[in-house]
Amino acid sequence: MMRIQILYFASIREALELAEEPFECAQETTVSQVRVALIARGGIYAEVLGLARPVKTALNQSMCGPDSVLTQGCELAFFPPVTGG
Amino acid sequence: MTKQEVPTLSFTVSIQREDFDLTREINALRLSDKEVGAVCSFVGTVRTLDHHENLQAGTYVQSLELEHYPGMTERSIVEMMQRAKERFDIKSARVIHRIGKLQPSEQIVMVAVTSAHRGESFRACEYLMDYLKTEAPFWKKEHTFEGARWVDARQSDDEALEKWR
Repeated sequence: MMRIQILYFASIREALELAEEPFECAQETTVSQVRVALIARGGIYAEVLGLARPVKTALNQSMCGPDSVLTQGCELAFFPPVTGG
Repeated sequence: MTKQEVPTLSFTVSIQREDFDLTREINALRLSDKEVGAVCSFVGTVRTLDHHENLQAGTYVQSLELEHYPGMTERSIVEMMQRAKERFDIKSARVIHRIGKLQPSEQIVMVAVTSAHRGESFRACEYLMDYLKTEAPFWKKEHTFEGARWVDARQSDDEALEKWR
């Protein structure tokens, strides 16, 4: 098993009332597997991270796709499409 | 006699709550390099009247709140400046983006680019703004008389990137 840190931003952070949390998963786990595990918690997690939602992800502060593989101690962020500028 | 120190190329980004002074930023850029012959800048401000399709026309924005992803924001903007530098013949660039709560008409963002001739800085300035809108992790929340709501991403912002591909 390995430990990663999950971060939430904007509407997702607000709905979950949570900015970050530690998460344990198996070696070689992918971004989409973590998302599915979070959705499996049900409730508001299933709602805001649902696969039909346009959720973006970043791994160690770089935009990443669902197939990116996580490593021990990495930082994985979930957020809605960006709206700066 | 020692040779006068040549200023290094400057590509910098600041994420801050405070307002900024465009003239001061432009002066710093243009005075740092005697080969600069053009400065192109853009400033984005808080609109009072929102034109998003999903908001009723006439919904006035009382204030705008800007959230960002510390660390990733700076990294992503530095990366796009690096790409702009490789793509256009520019000498320096400066990006300032504000966070926190902003009032209508306040400045949100500025991009300034310098080059020897105008064409390159015009294009690089638009390139940086187009990528900043779609890649930099900022999120806007509007406070209106009807309550607060997170601003939806606009398809037109994604489409704006097509011209650079």
